[in-house]
Amino acid sequence: MALPPPDPQFVLRGTSAAVHTLHFSCGGQETDVATLFSGSENGFIHVWNLKTHRVDTALDGHGRRSVYCVETMGSKDRLLSQGRDQRICLWNLAEGRTSVMDSIFTENVGFCRCSLLKVAQERWLMAMAAKALEEVQVLELPSKTSVCTLKPEVGAKLGMPMCLKLWQLSGGAQPLLLAGYEDGSVVLWNLSMGKALSQLVCHSEPVMSLDFDSEKAKGISGSSEKVLSIWSLNEQQNLQVYKTHKLVNAGISDITIRPDKKILATAGWDHRIRIFGWKKMKPLAVLDFHTATVHCVSFSDHRNPRERLLAAGSKDHRISIWSIYTQT
Amino acid sequence: MAERERELREALAALERGGEEEVVAAQAALVAAAERGLGERERALCGAFLRRLLRAPRPHRGWRGCFLRGPPAPALAVLEEALTAPGPNLPPGEVAEVLEQFLREGRLAALLWDVCQQQAELGHPEPRDALLSSIVCLPDRVSNKLQKNSPAVFFPQNYFPLLGAAIIQVLQNIADSLKGGSDCSISFISHILGKVCIQGRQKELLSVLVPRLTDLTKSDCIWQRICWQLVEGVPDRWMEAVVLGFVQRAPGADVLSRLLGNLVVKNKKAQFVVTQKVLLLQYGHTTAVLQNLLGYLSLDSLRRALLIKVLQELLETWGSSSAVKHSPAEQQLYISKAILICLSHLKEPEIESCRQELLTIMMEGVKCHLDSSLPQIRRLGMIVAESISSKINTDGPVLKFQYEEDGEARELKSLLVQTPPCCAVLSLPDDESEKALPLVLKSNQKSPSAAAATPNEESDELDSDDDLIPYDMSEDKELKTKAPVYIRECIEVLTSSEDVDKWEATVKALESLVRKNPAATREVSVELAKILLHLEEKTCIEGFVGLRQRAQVAVLTTDPIPVAKYLTSEFYSLNYSLRQRMDILDVLVLAAQELSYPKSHGKTKHSGTQKPCIQLLPESNSSKDWRRIVDERIKSKTRRFATGQSQVQLVSGPNEFNSIAGHFFFPLIQRFDRPLTTFDLLGEDHFVLGRLVHTLAVLMYLAVNTVAVTAMGKTLLEFVWALRFHADSYVRQGLLSCISSVLLSVPIERLLEDMTEELLEAQSWLGDVVEKDPDGDCRRLALQNLLLMENLKKKLTADPS
Repeated sequence: MALPPPDPQFVLRGTSAAVHTLHFSCGGQETDVATLFSGSENGFIHVWNLKTHRVDTALDGHGRRSVYCVETMGSKDRLLSQGRDQRICLWNLAEGRTSVMDSIFTENVGFCRCSLLKVAQERWLMAMAAKALEEVQVLELPSKTSVCTLKPEVGAKLGMPMCLKLWQLSGGAQPLLLAGYEDGSVVLWNLSMGKALSQLVCHSEPVMSLDFDSEKAKGISGSSEKVLSIWSLNEQQNLQVYKTHKLVNAGISDITIRPDKKILATAGWDHRIRIFGWKKMKPLAVLDFHTATVHCVSFSDHRNPRERLLAAGSKDHRISIWSIYTQT
Repeated sequence: MAERERELREALAALERGGEEEVVAAQAALVAAAERGLGERERALCGAFLRRLLRAPRPHRGWRGCFLRGPPAPALAVLEEALTAPGPNLPPGEVAEVLEQFLREGRLAALLWDVCQQQAELGHPEPRDALLSSIVCLPDRVSNKLQKNSPAVFFPQNYFPLLGAAIIQVLQNIADSLKGGSDCSISFISHILGKVCIQGRQKELLSVLVPRLTDLTKSDCIWQRICWQLVEGVPDRWMEAVVLGFVQRAPGADVLSRLLGNLVVKNKKAQFVVTQKVLLLQYGHTTAVLQNLLGYLSLDSLRRALLIKVLQELLETWGSSSAVKHSPAEQQLYISKAILICLSHLKEPEIESCRQELLTIMMEGVKCHLDSSLPQIRRLGMIVAESISSKINTDGPVLKFQYEEDGEARELKSLLVQTPPCCAVLSLPDDESEKALPLVLKSNQKSPSAAAATPNEESDELDSDDDLIPYDMSEDKELKTKAPVYIRECIEVLTSSEDVDKWEATVKALESLVRKNPAATREVSVELAKILLHLEEKTCIEGFVGLRQRAQVAVLTTDPIPVAKYLTSEFYSLNYSLRQRMDILDVLVLAAQELSYPKSHGKTKHSGTQKPCIQLLPESNSSKDWRRIVDERIKSKTRRFATGQSQVQLVSGPNEFNSIAGHFFFPLIQRFDRPLTTFDLLGEDHFVLGRLVHTLAVLMYLAVNTVAVTAMGKTLLEFVWALRFHADSYVRQGLLSCISSVLLSVPIERLLEDMTEELLEAQSWLGDVVEKDPDGDCRRLALQNLLLMENLKKKLTADPS
C-alpha cells in the first residue's frame, strides 16, 4: 500500500492576492537566511523569511499591477521583476534598500514571463516578448543593449510567444532560446543568427509553460489541454516528440524541473501539484492542498539536497511549501 | 257467528243504559271475539261499542281492559279517533296512555297477525288503507296532538323498532303456520314495510328487521321464501325506498342476495332502481353500497346478465365526452368505482364475449378523460383504463400510465382486486443471479489490469525512476466541472456545448449568475430568455424544471419589459408545445409576484440599488438622494434633547410591478381568440386557456395599487364576459377568480364609475352560476364573489364619502 501524499511543510499566508510567481534564494552563505520571493496580483513582491515564515519586506514597484515573474541576479540582493504595467524592474535590495535601480519598458501586453541566463560574471541575457505581437527580444543586462530580435518567418502564424527558456550547453557554447507559442508549437531559436532552428507542434492549444533539461537534451511543455508533451532535441538540433503524458484534468500553468533533474513539478488548473520522475515520466505524487488554480511551482536552490523545498503559489492567495523526495 | 253478533249488540245496548255490570260482561264478550277473530259486521259493531265506551259521560270501570284485550284493529282505530277528536271527559293524555299500554302489551303484533289471517281466510288481499296509515302514522298523530308531552315510546326512534319487532313476531307466526300447513297472507306486512320506508323511517325499521332476517334466513328456506315474498309484495310506488334500504343496510352481498332473492328479475321497478337509478342517476352512496349492489347482481346466473348490461351502461357514461365535461367530479368518481367493482366480478368467458366492445369504449373514454383539465378526472380515466386493459388483455401488453399514487388511487385499485395476488414469491431467483453477476465482473476486471502492468515493468531500463517511490495517487480524480462565471459563457454552453457536465453546472449556476450580474444580463436578456424557453433536459438533473424556471424568472425580473414582450408574443406564436406555453405563464406569474413584493426576498439594501427599478424609474433615484440630503440637513440643524429608541422602520420601496404590469397583462389578453394552426385556445387547447385565465387572475391581483389597474380590470371583465359559458369547469373557475381579483384590486370608486355595467352583468351571471353550475368549486367561488360584492356595497353605504 502506497503512502498517502504528504501535507505541506508549511503554508505562507498574507499576500492577500493571487500568487503568480515564486523564486527561491537559498544558495548563499551558511549564515544567510533562506528567502522566497513571491509576486502577486496586487503588484507586490513579498520577500519571505523561510526561517520565521514571515514577510521581511513587501516591494511595491509595479503600480499595483500584477507581478508575474521574479528572478534573482546572482545574489538575493539583486532582483528582477516583471509586471503587467509592461515594465521589468531591476531592484537593489542590499542592506535593506528597496529601490528600483533600473527598469525596462517592454511595451508588451501579454503574460509571457521573461527568461534570464547568466552568460558571464555580471553579464546576463534576458529574453522577453517584444512590442510586436509575435516577436521575442533578447537584451543584455545590465547594459540593456539589444542582442537580437527573433521574428518568425512571414506567414508562420505562430501567434504570441507564451513562455521562454534561455539555455546554453555547459562549456560556454552558444546560448539558445526555446519559445512556446500561442498556436501550440515550440520553436528553438539560434540567437546569433536570429533564426529558428527547429519547430515542433506539441499542442493544439497555446503552450502555457515549458522547461528544458540541457544535459539530456529533453524538454517538457504543458498547455490548457489534458496532456503533457515531452520532446527531445537531437544532434542536428531538431525537436522531436519523445512521448506524451495524459493527465486526469486539463490545464497546466507552470512546469519546473528540479535543478538535480530527478523530478519535476507541474502546477495544475485543477488545484493540484503533480510530481513526476523526470527520466521516465513516472507519476510520483499528487499534492492536493490548494482550493484554486495553482499558478506557479518552484524548487529551492539549497546547497544541501536534504533541505531542498518545493513551493507552489495559487489563486487562493496561499503559498504552500513542501519537502518531497529530498533523500535522493 | 250470529251468536257473537247478538252478544255484541247486547253489550252495546247495555252501554246505552249505562250499567256497570253489563259493560264488564261486554268486555268478556269482546275478548272472546278477539280470540276467535271477527267478521266484517262484528268488527263494525266492536268499533261502535268502543266508540260509545269512550263517549260515555263518565268513564266506565274497566274500559281500558276493553281496549287492551278486545279486538286490536277496532281498538287502535277508535283510540286514534279519540286522540284527534277527544271526548268531553277524556283528555288526550289519557288516550295516549292507553295507546302506550296497547303498544307495550304487544297488541301491535296481535293486530298484524289478525290482519294476515283474515286476508288469507277471506281471500281478498287488498289491505285496508285506514289501518295501514293509522299504524304507520301513529307517532305523527300522537305528537301532533300532544306536542312536547308525547310519551317516549311514540318517538320515531322508539316506535319503529317496536313495529319492527312486531313484524318479526308476526313473520315468526306465519312461518310456524306455514310449517303447520295453513296458508297466510303477508301482503299487509309488505305494505307496512313499504309505507314506513317511503316515509323515511328505513333506518329505524330496517335496523331491527335486517339483522334478524339475516340470522333467520341463514339456513331456513321457508324463512327465505317469506323474506322474498315480503319484498316482492311491496307496491311499486314504495319499492325504491325498500330496496335502497335493504341495499344500504345489508352487511354483505351474500346476505342481500338471501334477503331479496331474484327481486330485480321479477320486479321492473326494483330492476330500474338497482340498475339505473342507484348507479347512474345518484352518486351519494358509499362504496360499500356499490359493492353490495353489484355483488348481489353477480351472485346468481339470472342476475349476471343484468351485471353485464349494467357494466355496459356505466362504461357508456364513463366514455361519453359530454358526461365527462358536464357531470361533477364526485359522480365520475362514483361511476369509476362502480365500473371497477363490476370488472372485479366479471369472469373470463364473460369478458371474452364483450372484449371488443370494452376495448372500443375504453379507447373512447380514455381519450376524453385525458382531455379534461382537471387532474382528478385525468387520473380517474387513467386508473379505469388501466384496469379495463388489464382485464381484457390477460396475456398481451397492458396500458400503463404514470400518476401519483395516493389514497384515492389505491382505494380505486383495491376495488378491482377481490383476492390478494400471489406473485410475490417469483422475484427471488432474479435477485440472486444479479448478486452473482458483479462478482464475476470484478474478477474479470482485475486480471487484465494486472496483465497490463507486468510488461511495463519488464521493459523498464536500468535508467529509471525506480528509486523514487510513488505516493498514493488514488485520490487523483477528475475535477468536477466548474460552472461558468459569465452570462455570455452560459449562453455559449447552453447553445452549443457537448460537455454534459459543464452543461449541468451551467444550468445549476445560471440563476445566481443572472441575479448577481443584472447589467450583463440586460445586454443579452431576450436571447437568454429564448434559450431558456427552448432548453430541454439533456441529462437527468434533479429538479431541472425548477432550475430552469427560476433562471427564467430571474431573467424576467432583471429586465422585465423586453423579456415580457418576448415571452408574451411567443405565447401566441407557432410551434410551441403546450408545456412551453404553460411555462411562459408560470414564469410571468412568478416574476410578477417577485416584482410586486420586493421585500419578501430578504435582499440587502445595496443590491436593491442595482435592481432594474433604477433603470425603469431613473428619477426615483435622484429623488431619493434629494430626500436624503434634506433629511441630513434637518438632522444637522435640529437639536434633540431626548434620544428615545429609534423606531424600527419597515423597509419600503417603490412597487417595481407598477410600471410594468401592463406589459405583462395586455399582450396576454389580446389575442386569445385568434386560433393558429397548431394552437387553438378556444377549441381543443382549453387546458392552456384555463391556465391563461388563472394567470390573468393572478396578474390582476398582483397589480393592486398600480396605475394600470383600472384599465386592466375593465379589459378583464370584458374577457370574462366573452368566455362565461365555457364548457370546461377549470376555465370557469379561472374566470371566477378573475372577478375576485378585479373586485380586490381595483379601487372601489373606479369600480363604480368605470365599470358599473360590467359588474352588474357579472353579478347576474354569478347568481346563475351559484344556482346551476355542476361544478362544486365554481359554485363556491361564485358565492364568494357575490359576498365580496355585498361587502363592497356595505362599505359604500357605511361611509358615503
